[in-house]
Parts: sequence; C-alpha cells; structure tokens
Amino acid sequence: MSTLLIAEHDGQSLNQATAKALTAARALGAPVDILVAGSGVRTIAEEAARLDSVSRVRLADDPALAHALAEPLAELVLSIAGDYAAIVAPATANGKNLLPRVAALLDVMQVSEVTAVLSPDTFERPIYAGNAIETVQSHDKIRVLTVRTAAFPPTEAGSATAPIETVGAAPTPPRSHFVSEALTTSERPELAGARIVVSGGRALGSAETFEAVIAPLADRLKAAIGASRAAVDAGYAGNDLQVGQTGKVVAPDLYIAVGISGAIQHLAGMKDSKVIVAINKDGEAPIFQIADYGLVEDLFTAVPALVAALDA
Amino acid sequence: MKILVPVKRVVDRNVKVRVKADGSGIDLANVKMAMNPFCEIAVEAALRLKEAGQASEVVVVSVGNEKSAETLRTGLAMGADRGILIKTDAERIEPLAVAKLIKALIATEAPGLVILGKQAIDDDSNQTGQMLAALLGWPQATFASKIELGTETIEVSREVDGGTETLSLALPAVVTTDLRLNEPRYASLPNIMKAKKKPLDETTPDALGVDIAPRLAVLRTVEPPRRAGGVTVASAAELVARLKETGVL
Repeated sequence: MSTLLIAEHDGQSLNQATAKALTAARALGAPVDILVAGSGVRTIAEEAARLDSVSRVRLADDPALAHALAEPLAELVLSIAGDYAAIVAPATANGKNLLPRVAALLDVMQVSEVTAVLSPDTFERPIYAGNAIETVQSHDKIRVLTVRTAAFPPTEAGSATAPIETVGAAPTPPRSHFVSEALTTSERPELAGARIVVSGGRALGSAETFEAVIAPLADRLKAAIGASRAAVDAGYAGNDLQVGQTGKVVAPDLYIAVGISGAIQHLAGMKDSKVIVAINKDGEAPIFQIADYGLVEDLFTAVPALVAALDA
Repeated sequence: MKILVPVKRVVDRNVKVRVKADGSGIDLANVKMAMNPFCEIAVEAALRLKEAGQASEVVVVSVGNEKSAETLRTGLAMGADRGILIKTDAERIEPLAVAKLIKALIATEAPGLVILGKQAIDDDSNQTGQMLAALLGWPQATFASKIELGTETIEVSREVDGGTETLSLALPAVVTTDLRLNEPRYASLPNIMKAKKKPLDETTPDALGVDIAPRLAVLRTVEPPRRAGGVTVASAAELVARLKETGVL
C-alpha cells in the first residue's frame, strides 16, 4: 500500500513545505504519490513530478478546487483514500485545515505535527508547546499525519520524472465560498523556509521602530523577519510574522531574537533553530537560557552596532 | 440562534510543565488548571454575538471529569447561559472522540453555530473543530480573526500562512478561533456568584452512545533534548566574530 502526500502550493508554484513533508512520507517506507489539487495547477504537478522518489503525481484540476477550501478537497481525498495506507500533509495552515476533516470522514485519528517517523505506525510529536515529546502508535486502518516541516530536510529533485495521472474532482458541496484574500507581499525570504530569521519583540516600541531597527539587519543578512506574539498584538508587525506555538514554527540555521523575553509560547516556535542569538538588555530574560550567544545590551545600540560589525 | 461553545480544561498557560521521570506522561498533580485560552476567545465571540442581538442562547459544553465543571462555571461567569458536562474519568480523550460526543449533543441541542478554539495548548492537536464539521457535514472556517454573522450565512476572515482570507459559509457552520479574534473579558465577582445558579446539566459518553476509547497508544513521553549552555558576548563585534566561527554567517 502506498502513501499519499497532499501538495502545498499557492496556485502558482509548489511550496517547499511539500518537499519537506515528502521526506517524512518516504520514511514510512512505502511508495509515495503526490496529490496536486487546485485550479490551473498542471505546472505545479510537473514540478512535483520532478521530486526524487515520487512514484506518481495525481492531478485534480478543477475551478471548484481553487483556494484550498476544506470541503471539496476533503471529498476529493476521500474518493481516492482507499488506495493508501497513509495520508500525509505538511502542517501548514492548509494542511491543518484539511487533514482532520479527512481523518474524521475516514473515522481515524490524526497524528498532528509529526517531528519524527520511528516506524510506519509510530511517530514522535511535541505537546505542551514543545515542552514534552510524545511517542504515539496508531492502530487505525489508515494513518493520517500532518508533518512539522521544520523537522525534516527537503527532498531534492531527482533524475526521473514521475507520471502524472488525472483524477476527477469531487462535486463541490456549495456550502462554503471564497470571498477575498489579503496577502502580505514581501521581497524577503518566506519565514517558514528561511535560513536566517531576525525576530523582534515588544521592546521595539512601535511599528516604525520595529521596521527601522529590524529591517536593516534582516536585509543585511538576507533574512526573513519574525515577531513575538507581544509585538504582533501591539501592532508592530503583521500576524503572519508571528513565531510561536500559535504562529509559525521555524528552525533556521540562525535565529536572532531582538528584544524578546522568551515566553514559553515563543520558544515553542523557534527552539529547534541551529544557532540562537539573543539581544536583550535584561540579562535575566528566559531567552538567554536557550541562546547560544547572548548580548546583554540595549537593542537600539546593539542592533545598529551589529549591522556595522557585519559591514566591517 | 443558539451558539454552542465547547471548552477544555487544560494546564494554565503560564505553567512550565514537568515530564514524569518514568516517561509515563506529564506531572499534573497540584498544577494550576484553567480554561484553554483559545476556548476563552470562543466564549467571548459567542457572547458578543448574543449582546449584538444575533444569538438567543450561548451554551458551553465540556468533556472531562467533575473538575471540568469549574471550567464550565468560568464560561457561565463570563456570560454563557447554560452548561453541559459530558462526564468521564477517562484519562485521555482524543479529538475524534470529542467531536463525536459534541455531534451527539448537537442532535438534540440543534445550534445554528458552533465556535471552538483552534487548538488546545496541552495536546496541541488542532483537530476537533475540523473533525466536528466533517462528522456533521457542515462547512468549516478555521483560525478565525473576524466573524460577521448573517441570517443564512457567516462571513469569516481566517489567518492563513501568507496573510488573511475571507470565506462565506452557509449556516449551520463550525468556526474555530485564532488569537486575534478578540480579547476575552474577565468574569466579575458578582457574575461568578450568579454563575453558580445557572443550569449545569450532566450527561455521559454512554448516554450519548459514543465510544471514546483512544485510537492512538502513547508509548512514552519524554523531555525534549536540552540545548547546550550558551555564552554571553561583550559586544556586537564579538558576536559577529563568533557567528563567523560557527559558519552560520
């Protein structure tokens, strides 16, 4: 029996979350099919077909599948679920929205935010904001998993191209409709996949100073910008920049926390970063307990000095 | 319209939990418990709809042992009209079981809208709302940051990875709350006293005809790997030098 991986994309290109979840899906030990569902998404299916060790790509191309609405997508996945022993999606906003709906329709429990695959039915996942790691074994007939992408390296493109097969789109239950979207446009790398992240906290003081202090450092390092919940709640940064248990979970090579105290909920989103740097004038802040390098200094002098030192 | 709000009793958000040394789970003895923060936001959202004249009744429901009644009383003190405790001493109740229990309750309660938190801060599953919507065949809007209730439909702005999107759902529907939806109110002392007189019914999984046996076996629970102790640097220049040594710059 194969594994079905549900591709994450924005309607234009394949998101790297798919390649990372593919690494987890391959660890289940069975052939992996990728489902690309959407409207006008054949080029995305072609992109998915180039990933290493994909046995086939199943393409469902229908206007009813645009905007990744959970209801028609769940019907579609259910219609092909009989071919699979496991259904996997990256734990993105889309994956988290869709997969529990699929699991319930199959009458199975989902394992959320898997960080390690120990065997085809045994998985590790963090609980309590990452303060404990639980090992769970599924006895369900189909394993349904969302994958914490920060815990897996991406599968690169391989030498072969997988065949693309079309699957019929399920009829749309006309009970939910897309109205509009307001997406943040940014030239910077995407937060979830960035190699370096510079995050700001409440100590930045205002949206203007947040931008004035954090942006030059992020630009110098070609880094993505993140924020603590306090900074987001105070309106200094957009919601989609929030790093933490309730925001995005990142694991970059370098995470620089500026003016962030290090509350439990923030640490849950970044403590698996390879190198953590904390800049905070309070030497007692909890962030220093997990930082590899700590600089106890006022951020308004420390960050410009850091930019200058990088240029030196 | 009646609004049903499932709420969960969890470890207080500010508690740093301890993993039991034998790997059997989290040490919950004598730990402060509270209503899950996302559930508070769900209760607040329902109350605001009632205060705006758009809902007739707000019913809070919880699954758990007799202590979950305290969580329901918190919801009643915030302003909910009525509570229902689905009482069980089972140690672990999974989202699928909770979704089935709530569905069974909905067969008699017949709400027009169910509002849940997007996830509980103990198991961090983020599943129950979606599963409930699936079992009912209702549309779902998860991670809501704004809701506008009409008579036939509800318009919900959702927090997605790149920003926000707005959906329109036919009622009845299931909505799960994100942090930005609102700032939950505190229960005042007089309201806490009044809440003690509000109706709080009890039922059981057996009475609802739902099997709540866990589908997942928890083999062990361990502490996450600890990070090696860090160093304090004296200046930005030293920091850059150190980062260059490690190769991340």
